[in-house]
Amino acid sequence: MPKDIIIDIKHLSKSFGDKKVLEDINLYVRKGEFITLLGPSGCGKTTLLRQIAGFIAPDEGQILLEGKDISSIPPYKRPLNTVFQRYALFPHLDVYDNIAFGLKLKGVPQDEIDTRVKKMLKMVSMSDYEDRSVDSLSGGQQQRVAIARALVNMPKVLLLDEPLAALDLKMRKDMQIELKELHQKMGITFIYVTHDQEEALTLSDTIVVLNEGRIQQIGTPTDIYNEPCNSFVADFIGESTILNGTMIRDRRVEFMGHEFDCVDEGFGENNPVDVVIRPEDVYIMSRLDGAQFTGTVKSCIFKGVHYEMYVDTDKGYELMVQDYNGFEPGSTVGLLIKPSDIQVMRKERLCNTLEGEMVDETHVSILDAEFECLPQEGLEAGTKVTVEVGFDKVDLLDHQEEGATGGEVSFLLYKGNHYHLTVLTDSGEHLWVDTDDIWDKGDLVGINILPADLKITRKDD
Amino acid sequence: MIKRSSWSIPYLAFLILFVALPLVLILVYALQDGTGHFTLSNITRFFSDKDSLSTFAVSIEVAVENTLLCILLGYPAAWILANKKLNRSAVTIILFMLPMWINALMRTLATAELFNMFGITLGKGTLLFGMVYDYLPFMIYPIYNVLDRMDNSYAEAAGDLGATPWTVFWKVTVPLSMPGVRSGILMVFMPTVSTFAISEFLTNNKIKLFGTIIQENINSSMWNYGAALAFIMLIIIGITTVLTGGRDAEAAGGAI
Repeated sequence: MPKDIIIDIKHLSKSFGDKKVLEDINLYVRKGEFITLLGPSGCGKTTLLRQIAGFIAPDEGQILLEGKDISSIPPYKRPLNTVFQRYALFPHLDVYDNIAFGLKLKGVPQDEIDTRVKKMLKMVSMSDYEDRSVDSLSGGQQQRVAIARALVNMPKVLLLDEPLAALDLKMRKDMQIELKELHQKMGITFIYVTHDQEEALTLSDTIVVLNEGRIQQIGTPTDIYNEPCNSFVADFIGESTILNGTMIRDRRVEFMGHEFDCVDEGFGENNPVDVVIRPEDVYIMSRLDGAQFTGTVKSCIFKGVHYEMYVDTDKGYELMVQDYNGFEPGSTVGLLIKPSDIQVMRKERLCNTLEGEMVDETHVSILDAEFECLPQEGLEAGTKVTVEVGFDKVDLLDHQEEGATGGEVSFLLYKGNHYHLTVLTDSGEHLWVDTDDIWDKGDLVGINILPADLKITRKDD
Repeated sequence: MIKRSSWSIPYLAFLILFVALPLVLILVYALQDGTGHFTLSNITRFFSDKDSLSTFAVSIEVAVENTLLCILLGYPAAWILANKKLNRSAVTIILFMLPMWINALMRTLATAELFNMFGITLGKGTLLFGMVYDYLPFMIYPIYNVLDRMDNSYAEAAGDLGATPWTVFWKVTVPLSMPGVRSGILMVFMPTVSTFAISEFLTNNKIKLFGTIIQENINSSMWNYGAALAFIMLIIIGITTVLTGGRDAEAAGGAI
């Protein structure tokens, strides 16, 4: 392990009640690094940051600061400081006293406090404001004071919890640049939490993508953007079309009903894969010869720098394309994708695999409910079994009570010609479903599976 | 069509009849002698009357003591009630407010009976007991209100900057809850200055308060002097309100 590691998180887990917020988080942070925890709301990123700060105690696992476990040390003894989302500046103190708060507690001599506070104020360009009350400051100014209040203590690590979320777009862009400069000047390690992927790409040395309490990918901004490791990351970072494909052999992949050359190797032969196409990587032209495939423009919207178009391809897939030239809706176009712009990802799973138990010869218990199955020979009641169900074999119903069990749609992915849904079942398990029907995130659904679609095998121990 | 501004006429009439007019009457009576001639003698009489002055001093003393006792008892109670870890139910808050649903006179009478039953001599101690008992909820509630609505991130931020829980309490929680304390002082101090029922029942009129002598004067038809005393009391209440930053404190949620 490299020597310059400042924070090392090992097997960290946390639950609130029944809900697992973080599961087995392993992460290290290098000294001086700008690392961003990125994910949608509820992914556990803020919980992770608050555990590092010490406001929440982890259920399991360790947080090491320079090799020492700090997980049981209260926040006021940790050499870390936090910039809070809504600043949390003390309204009964003026700007100067807010910034001096931490130094006074540490018993730093008054003249040193004075120099350090003034230097810090200068650094965040707030020199003339030291006597102002914090209520009289604008959002951006309050944010600067909050950052100064934390940085003046020279923490080993600065934790920032969505510090720019409350600012308007223009202000946010300016503050991003200032934060980056501040980080370079001070040389302090920054751990930054945001749900804004653009902010993460702009600021970070390293991005940690989180979803549903698990780390999805750790990498540099370019790695995360160009080589997302799964469909969640590809969908969350930037615009993309994610499609089912088949790796025919090394450097040759089939998707959207066509074969393409690509640069990926080591996925085996004739193996199902996910393919990510960034909309800016698709070449669109009015000439049809020389194109790999053709399509019809369905819609075209001007976005300032480029046009954003949805194209129906010749084999019935929908593809997002961005180009400097716009094409009239209804026009036939030729399309081309370069081998290096095709990102191939291993599929996380090929079908649903569920743990269950035989109830009798024709019934099996999975997802805390009873499902009818074809007669199973040699599997007496009580036998532990593994049940496989294809993504397209799960029926979703409008009403929860009509299904054998119920669930909630928790994630949607459009795969060019169908939706790939993640359903959180009432039993707390995940079920992945391919469907042509349109569902929304948060929809409550009933779940049914036909007897013939349950593939049951004895669970080998 | 009736103009919208005319909707306020009933309320305006109410204010004039029951608030402005009585205040004017108090002033008029205070500045008249028995025969209806203008005089300042009622006011000057108060400042030269040793009995009235000492009663006034006792009233202020009792009111200050009562207010301090209410803060000492009420602040920790409010803090515990507002602390989500120590108090998870709204029922305890209602229990603290429950005595206010019973008429204060009845509670005071019952308290006096209890003292009699246990053979406790009525005096300053019983007076303060009764006052604290009557006015404590008025101190707890505004403080609780401020503490309950206080953003927890202030305490977290202070802890993050190196403050121990004890320091957090004194440097952040207490200063930020001052509007609630001010509002509580306003609601406890002013009524205690003018109360007479509690001292009547709980000391058998051994200790006279300012409210008592106003009541005695009015009862014995000395309206002019009574009005002058009431006027002086109004001035004192006015001064207290200004000193505690009335508007600010009311905003902190004195409403019950």
